[in-house]
Amino acid sequence: MERKDKTTGIVTGIIANLVIVKVDGPVGQNEICFIRHNDETLMAEVIKITGEQAFVQVFESTRGLRPDSKVVFEGHMLEVTLAPGILSRNYDGLQNDLDKMEGVFLKRGEYTDPLDREAQWEFKPLAQKDDQVVAGDWLGEVQENGMPHRIMVPFKLKGRHTVKEITKEGKYRVDDQIAVITNEEGEEIKVTMVQKWPVKMPIKAFKNKPRPFKLLETGVRCIDTLNPITEGGTGFIPGPFGTGKTVLQHAISKQAEADIVIIAACGERDNEVVEVFKEFPELEDPHTGKKLIERTTIIANTSNMPVAAREASVYTAMTIAEYYRCMGLRVLLMADSTSRWAQALREMSNRMEELPGPDAFPMDLSAIISNFYARAGYVYLNNDKPGSITFIGTVSPAGGNLKEPVTESTRKAARCFYGLSQSRADSKRYPAIDPIESYSKYLEYEEVQKSLRENMDENWINKVTRAKDILFTGKETMEQINILGDDGVPVDFHIRFWRSEMMDFVILQQDAFDKVDSVTPLKRQKYMMDKVLEVIDKEFEFQHFEEVGDFFKRIINQFKQMNYAKFHSDDFKTREKELDDIINERVQKEPAEN
Amino acid sequence: MESQAFQKTYTKLNNITKATVSLTATGVGYDEIALVEDRMAQVVKIIGDQIVLQIFSGTEGIPTNAEVTFLGNPPQLKVGDQLAGRFFNAYGAPIDGGPEVEGKVTEIGGPSVNPVRREQPSELIATGIAGIDLNNSLVSGQKIPFFADPDQPYNQVMASVALRAKADKIILGGMGLSNDDYLYFKNVFNNAGAMDRIVSFVNTTDDPPVERLLVPDMALTTAEYFATQKGENVLVLLTDMTLFADALSIVSNRMDQIPSKDSMPGSLYSDLARIYEKAVQFPGKGSITIVAVTTLSGGDITHAIPDNTGYITEGQLFLRRDTDIGKVIVDPFRSLSRLKQLVIGTQTREDHPQVMNTAIRLYADAANAKTKLENGFDLTDYDERTLKFAKEYSNKLLAIDVNMDMEAMLDTAWELLATYFSKAEAGIKKELVDKYWKEKDNKKDKESDKESDKESAKKSDKDTDKDQDK
Repeated sequence: MERKDKTTGIVTGIIANLVIVKVDGPVGQNEICFIRHNDETLMAEVIKITGEQAFVQVFESTRGLRPDSKVVFEGHMLEVTLAPGILSRNYDGLQNDLDKMEGVFLKRGEYTDPLDREAQWEFKPLAQKDDQVVAGDWLGEVQENGMPHRIMVPFKLKGRHTVKEITKEGKYRVDDQIAVITNEEGEEIKVTMVQKWPVKMPIKAFKNKPRPFKLLETGVRCIDTLNPITEGGTGFIPGPFGTGKTVLQHAISKQAEADIVIIAACGERDNEVVEVFKEFPELEDPHTGKKLIERTTIIANTSNMPVAAREASVYTAMTIAEYYRCMGLRVLLMADSTSRWAQALREMSNRMEELPGPDAFPMDLSAIISNFYARAGYVYLNNDKPGSITFIGTVSPAGGNLKEPVTESTRKAARCFYGLSQSRADSKRYPAIDPIESYSKYLEYEEVQKSLRENMDENWINKVTRAKDILFTGKETMEQINILGDDGVPVDFHIRFWRSEMMDFVILQQDAFDKVDSVTPLKRQKYMMDKVLEVIDKEFEFQHFEEVGDFFKRIINQFKQMNYAKFHSDDFKTREKELDDIINERVQKEPAEN
Repeated sequence: MESQAFQKTYTKLNNITKATVSLTATGVGYDEIALVEDRMAQVVKIIGDQIVLQIFSGTEGIPTNAEVTFLGNPPQLKVGDQLAGRFFNAYGAPIDGGPEVEGKVTEIGGPSVNPVRREQPSELIATGIAGIDLNNSLVSGQKIPFFADPDQPYNQVMASVALRAKADKIILGGMGLSNDDYLYFKNVFNNAGAMDRIVSFVNTTDDPPVERLLVPDMALTTAEYFATQKGENVLVLLTDMTLFADALSIVSNRMDQIPSKDSMPGSLYSDLARIYEKAVQFPGKGSITIVAVTTLSGGDITHAIPDNTGYITEGQLFLRRDTDIGKVIVDPFRSLSRLKQLVIGTQTREDHPQVMNTAIRLYADAANAKTKLENGFDLTDYDERTLKFAKEYSNKLLAIDVNMDMEAMLDTAWELLATYFSKAEAGIKKELVDKYWKEKDNKKDKESDKESDKESAKKSDKDTDKDQDK
């Protein structure tokens, strides 16, 4: 798409943020252009071309725009700028640094530099003169917030290159030359710490992409224990409003065992982003003890910001994630919510008068979502080091109906499904992930099973399956009790029901606002699971159904105290001892058959 | 303003539809306002030199030789201190017989606040209604709608919320307000002697529906003036947002757009978010809080309007008629204030979170007991007590005619707990019980309670809904 002279054009039509431009030269699909309006420039993207007419979607309000306004095409697609200094920043969907903007209100046509061009970075070369390199290979590194940030051969370069010069260790700015490499034709290319990449294109500078096999610890029990997600895995969280999507997303982004966390706040509430802005600089990363903000970049395109930039925001976030993955880091990408992105697609498709698919969404919605999820994954880089992007998106199904197009399309693309249930939320059983409807396809992966056997326990998969069975039977039993009445069923039914309640209260439910309970490391999850199963295996004797509930409530209470206590602390041990005492009061015989 | 210089007049229309006219014109800007035979119209589409104008009041009687004048600017409002105490229509023209307002000409529907410049909402807004203050506390900078069926007295509740809240300014945006309700608001504000801090923009059912689309922007532009220029805390009332959304669907239908769920335009979410996200706590001084009304049909919250609203707003207040006491209450189960965590127990008394949760949990137990009763099962003594509690709780605290301060609400709640339950059944943290429990002679304390007290204390602190379901 790159050309010598910039193509220009003039505005001939305006329908909301869809603008029709008559062009005087070649234009590319998805090319970026700027529309001059008085003393402002409005950024836009080409989305359709018919003859001399280019249809562009403007990333800003088009209020007051007139026909005959001048348009300049940039010769490239929407790009992000990649360099040290991205972490801890707050960008909008087009990677403008929000903190650099003046005034309280956003100004139309204000574009700010995503980088700090003056900051000095302590550069250390990794490659040597005469090394043969390809795109994505590491030439050197700097420390970004205490994390190695690799300076790579620009992704846009094709074929083999030879390192001709590499700069000595020392302090440099991002725009300083750090290497000179030559291509096969002998042309010299100067490399700085900055490179650009079009967001709609996946960065493929890696050797291969195996199936994910390693569990990603999120500290959320009903994810890690029951339906684990893997490093490089994909998952989605659909849920009606008020079921705790955002609290869960925040919990995962605070606790997950990742090197880098990228949060794309896509078309959601401003105050939720404000919460992240205010909290993350204060909170500590449970794995490194550093401030959370140091490993986090926030892409905020909230619901009142321009709609067209919403789509861009998720791609911007994904591209930044891919950049860090190429450095051999574990990246977690969270997008809240992908439904808002789909709605932005719908608005544009509608203005272009395309024939609509279900619920007026564009026909290719499903393909767009699949392609996007496919950019996540675990990879081996050219130097055999691993890197990963784990992607979790939320979906806001219209009317809480999981059969709507965005949820359905996402279900085809994502491997983990964490469905939030209204009834669990109503009864304050948080996180409200439905234990029966939700699934993780990774549990079926042999590589994952192998890793679980090695890292958790030889029998772990069986235990997980058993826990699910107990929950399922519990639900069925509850329905029967509700129909037949408490004394219309045998006492055994009540025992079965309360076993499942115990599993629910102790393993599934978790207090996101408690310092200890909110984060449960895998080791502790295993310990608690074993303990709960141990109690379930005990045979108790009851005369009357009322005794069952009373007894299990005591046990659950005791378990909850354990959950609130530091693992293996004195408090924890005391509570466990008390728990054992309560159990022993009633044990009939042990071990039981099931 | 510069706009005057751009005024151009045309007298030939090419097409006329129910809502739009089109003509050949040049140099016209998108979103610009025009007058067609003195009717307000706005540019909605430009293709070459063909300009499509949407006429807010409809095209009835418009001839092809109608005079069209472009004003060269998007919809504007003159903002200034003189707005206070006045009533305006959707275009910002006075309807109270008073003079035109002088002030700074400001475009309505202006830009959004940069999210990094926002402050976290932090000030409690007391309304005297326990169903709100006690269970769903409002915070300045919050946006929250009442979800109510059309037969419920939501406008009355909103008027009392507005008058009791200690806001510096109250801006009323009335959309499709019946003339009676309009007069009601006028009367209530007048009688309360609060006119000087109220500004109203009203579109009544007598006015064309599409005009409503301007009302929220008028109200919020005014709010932004008082919040940013004067550093005031402004409360904006928007009633009824369902009628606003209906107007959106009328427009999109007339523009031949493909409808999505419930015949609503695909952009409904963005259209609503643009309005609600004007709620903000500004850095330093000034805030805008939005309390809106979304009427439901038959309590259905899965309809596109309440559904999209729920995804945008920070909770909702659900009004429901409680047939046991014959009053309208704020439903404690379906209502939610997402921002209450920012103030309860810190800006309010320490026992607030616990008392709130405990009362709601016991109220839920009563609901279960009621189901049991309806299904013909026997009630236990506990069930009987929860039912009695629920009735009094509903009457003394949930009903919308309650008006008391926060201390009194909490004390009333403690009193109800002590009347019907033992300390163990309430299961509140021991320190709080020691401090606030109101001893009663007829309470049902059992011996065994003392022992379980300690255990339940910490537990209930963290989770109060343990046996709510079963």
